[in-house]
Amino acid sequence: MLTLEHVAQAYGRQAILRDISFHLEAGQIGCLLGPSGCGKTTALRLVAGFEALQAGRILLGGEAVGVPGVHLPPERRRVGLMFQDYALFPHLDVAANIAFGLGSLERAERRRRVEEMLRLVDLAPVARRYPHQLSGGQQQRVALARALAPRPRLLLLDEAFSNLDVELREKLTLEVRDILKHEGMTALLVTHDQREAFAMADVVGVLHDGVIQQWAAPYDIYHRPRNRFIAGFIGQGVLLPGMLDGDGRVAIELGVLRGVAGDVDRPAREGAVEVLIRPDDIQHDVASPLRAVVEQKIFHGADFIYRLRLPSGSQVLAQVSSHHNHAVGEQIGIRLDVDHVVAFSRQEI
Amino acid sequence: MLAALLFAGSAWAGEVVVYSARNEQLIKPLFDAYTQETGVRVRFITDKEGPLLARLKAEGRNTPADVLLTVDAGNLWQAANEKLLQPVDSATLKANIPAHLRDPGNQWFGLSVRARTLVYNTARVKPEALSTYEDLADPKWKGRLCLRSAKKVYNQSLVAMMIHEHGEAKTERIVRGWVANLATAPLPDDTKAMEAVAAGQCDVTLVNTYYFGRLLQAKPGLPLAVFWPNQDAQDRHGGAHVNISGAGLTRHAKRPRAAVRLLEWLSSDKAQQFYADVNLEYPANPAVQPHAAVAAWGEFRQNLINVSEAGRLQARAVMLMDRAGYK
Amino acid sequence: MTARSWPAWAAALPIAAVTAVPVAVVAASLLAPDAEIWSHLWQHVLPELLVNTFWLVLGVGVGVTLLGVSLAWLTAACEYPGRRFFAWALLLPLALPAYITAFVWLGLFDFTGTVPTWLRETWGVAWHPPIRSRGGVILVMTLALYPYVFLTASAAFRGQGGRMLEAAQTLGLSRVAAFFRVALPIARPGIMAGLLLALMETLADFGTVAVFNYDTFTTAIYKTWFSLFSLQAASQLASILVLFVFVAVLLESQLRARTSFAASPRGEVAMGRIRLTGWRAGLAAGWSALVFAVAFVLPVWQIGVWAADVFARDFDSRYLVFVSRTLLLAALGTALVVAAALLLAYAQRLRPTLAMRAVARLATLGYALPGAVLAVGIFIPVAWLDNRLVEWLAVLGRDGGQVLGGTLLVMLLAYCARFLAVGYGPVDAGLARVSRALDEVAQSLGAVAGRRLLRVHLPLLRAGLLTAAALVFVDIMKELPITLMTRPFGWDTLAVRVFEMTSEGEWQRAALPAAAIVLAGLLPVMLLIRSREHAHA
Repeated sequence: MLTLEHVAQAYGRQAILRDISFHLEAGQIGCLLGPSGCGKTTALRLVAGFEALQAGRILLGGEAVGVPGVHLPPERRRVGLMFQDYALFPHLDVAANIAFGLGSLERAERRRRVEEMLRLVDLAPVARRYPHQLSGGQQQRVALARALAPRPRLLLLDEAFSNLDVELREKLTLEVRDILKHEGMTALLVTHDQREAFAMADVVGVLHDGVIQQWAAPYDIYHRPRNRFIAGFIGQGVLLPGMLDGDGRVAIELGVLRGVAGDVDRPAREGAVEVLIRPDDIQHDVASPLRAVVEQKIFHGADFIYRLRLPSGSQVLAQVSSHHNHAVGEQIGIRLDVDHVVAFSRQEI
Repeated sequence: MLAALLFAGSAWAGEVVVYSARNEQLIKPLFDAYTQETGVRVRFITDKEGPLLARLKAEGRNTPADVLLTVDAGNLWQAANEKLLQPVDSATLKANIPAHLRDPGNQWFGLSVRARTLVYNTARVKPEALSTYEDLADPKWKGRLCLRSAKKVYNQSLVAMMIHEHGEAKTERIVRGWVANLATAPLPDDTKAMEAVAAGQCDVTLVNTYYFGRLLQAKPGLPLAVFWPNQDAQDRHGGAHVNISGAGLTRHAKRPRAAVRLLEWLSSDKAQQFYADVNLEYPANPAVQPHAAVAAWGEFRQNLINVSEAGRLQARAVMLMDRAGYK
Repeated sequence: MTARSWPAWAAALPIAAVTAVPVAVVAASLLAPDAEIWSHLWQHVLPELLVNTFWLVLGVGVGVTLLGVSLAWLTAACEYPGRRFFAWALLLPLALPAYITAFVWLGLFDFTGTVPTWLRETWGVAWHPPIRSRGGVILVMTLALYPYVFLTASAAFRGQGGRMLEAAQTLGLSRVAAFFRVALPIARPGIMAGLLLALMETLADFGTVAVFNYDTFTTAIYKTWFSLFSLQAASQLASILVLFVFVAVLLESQLRARTSFAASPRGEVAMGRIRLTGWRAGLAAGWSALVFAVAFVLPVWQIGVWAADVFARDFDSRYLVFVSRTLLLAALGTALVVAAALLLAYAQRLRPTLAMRAVARLATLGYALPGAVLAVGIFIPVAWLDNRLVEWLAVLGRDGGQVLGGTLLVMLLAYCARFLAVGYGPVDAGLARVSRALDEVAQSLGAVAGRRLLRVHLPLLRAGLLTAAALVFVDIMKELPITLMTRPFGWDTLAVRVFEMTSEGEWQRAALPAAAIVLAGLLPVMLLIRSREHAHA
């Protein structure tokens, strides 16, 4: 449904996007994930049509909407957009906001569609209220309904959940995903929040330095990060030094790991490597001979994240059930339980 | 600064306070001269007549003003009518100012004469064709007359004097005649009216002479001349219409004697000369000769009806002009 | 009045009283109608004047809205050659007293004016535009008053950011359609604030319509006062005018209260300017240049020529005093008016009830009264109070004249009564754009109302406050009737100089102080622009 081919964009001499290519199937929810300033908003604005493309191609449903020199204006792209601040029209009530993009429909049809959307986002009781009279979550659902009402070919979501508090965000992310799936909507989300990305998207592209570093399912992004940047940016974890032998075994301070992931960008060669150890790779085991000292702990309710110091002085994070409440300074037993071994060649410093 | 913010200046004996509707550049030189001659300081404030009268009334017995000075008789009459002035018994003033230019009750005195006369286009009108104000209502002037807006007091007082002379019915017919003869809608001031005459938009208009003098000083080549109307010696009520600028002693003046001395001085030969000349007006004191440029427009017979009639009949005149459609 | 509402009322009522007392003094006249004058007015004057006034208000309303909104949109939301210049230059006509502009236009385009005279003498073309007509008055007043709408609409367009337009575009609207369906309705409170000022000034104007001899309701007020010698009947007419404005204004604010136009707290995203190219850019630049030329360059050029003519005769060292007094008065007056406007707007925000709205609107009625009538309305209670004070002080042994009369304090309060509307409009419109969510955030942090105002709103209100300050400053510099009536002895300002000259028809000599007003008026306009650019950098 949406295809970007070698898209590049610069402001003056500063390149924002260098070479972006990806493809979204119809009904798929994609996400561009990256830290602020990575160019993800620019990519979104290019797709929406707010900016003219400088290099590459953007296709929507097979139609080239953006190539250098040819620019289909936003109002003719049939692309919906949900803004970070929702950008609800303050002078219109909820129903009128939703009906805003339905100008081409006849009255009855328009009313039917508005009612349908109100039901979909569960806002029928507040249809006559004005945006400022709504809660943040309600405003967001109005924005969604407004964007979906004209049946766009593609829905763009620009940090659409970042104005909400954590709990509401999680709830709404799921709700919105359900609605999008129910409508069979193709959607592209941009966000800096990986939890949002993982909860919403079928496929995630990590954007950094104007380049998509990895385009993959959330599970793979987390467990098979293609490079150090992704490993560091996604989830928690530390890199521990290790030695890779010819049989794909890595020896690290905590033991020997097998099955080093093969689909990495620059496969680690034999010799000195660094291995990504995530908090869930470390199990608390009272019986284990491996001991580590608790340096710091963060209580999450169901579990703790302990920062542990190994005998060598290296530190790792461990996710431990909150039944095991240890004091800072205490020595605890741990063992390795790694499903996905991710190793990178050791960087010379 | 702080003092100005919080305290009004308090009065002292060696001064007189004047509320003046005559503007600063026309009176300040005189007051300066008075101070130099007598050591008495003259403090004054300028404003339009309406607000000055409202102010005097509101201030009541605590007004700082000793003298009220205006540029028409109507407002002086109104001030006397509202009991804002008091009679002055001054032989000097009576001697210097002719009876028809002062209040019969001696509450105010004319200080200069403002004659309202005809000004015509010398290329398009022969002076023989002109005669009186009333004649301008004749259909022969159709499309040839320009008038200033009825909102200024000058034509109001002229119409008031006509009411005194002819009664309302006849005056209304005359004013309707004027309106019917207008070449263009009433103009905002006398100067514009004369310019329209000079440019050939119309042939004749009614103006105060000092505007004529001022305009010709600025543009000497204009084809304009003064015609003195209503000069027929047989006509008992004849004579060109005059108004005055004048002054009176306020009812609650704190320094009445000093104020009267100032009024007397203003009516004296020396002051009269300057008072009139600075604005090309005619001195109220008949012993004083007008400025040479003014004298050049010729001698004329004034209408000798007391100018207070202009005040008394002004409201009637304005209503009449409204009825006649003169805007 | 509940316990929690007293601070709002305590702020609003004294401020409202400053205007309400003079208005009440004027309105008290209604108790004693003068039958003869009324029947005359009713029969011969009012019918035509009401029609005239209706067309004038309608024409000027449409005119200032078209000019003000189009230029505000171009300079606030678009990019084209000269935009930065026009963004401030188009405010400059504000510094010109409208009656001077009117006189200039007459001097240029009437039968005897420069242009028709040239046409006649050089080309033999006997044609002149019908400038002394309803259309002429509307044109000149539109050119004089559009900056009010331009300024407030600019602030409104700037404040709304670009998101709304983009949202409309993704919903299938072209940019032109999005302007009319989104940007314009959202900017409505700002546009209305400016329009209201322009129309109130139109209703209260006497000088401009007098130059054109176009009779309006206000003409009738002055005629009744100055010519029929009935301040009483004049006050009655003025009260009717004020009552009409009060009802209209209250209705408008009641309608507006239905919707809140507050942007979301994080919505302060600067609008990406729409880059105009080709004929569009040419049209934008041409339109801006045309309005600037006819509304400012033309009259200023003529004023400059006249001023140069009389410069040698009239200019002297006193002008230094006139200028410094004018600036001092304007600065003090502006500070007072804007502070009062802020308190009033804030009181209304705390207590957004109909009663409070009515009080706020009452406080801003001074602008709709003809200046001299308001001046009398102010003067009468001050003089009354003064007379009582003199009596009491005499008991205490003080012997002398006025205590309050003729002090700057009275003058400043009078300016407040006159110009509160000018300050209130932009401040209120600015406050309306600050989300109430911010109040709640601030309140939750324990800030009491006063500190909330300072810490949270003031920085966000900056643009509105600056707009208000610039408008009030320039208006005070031009103000005449109140200045004339309440100034201390010898306290002449530039506007007073203009009066001294025009009172005897010496328009050309009036050009010199008028030119000085324009030059001095550049100062606040420049300051406004600089800090506004700064605020949006």
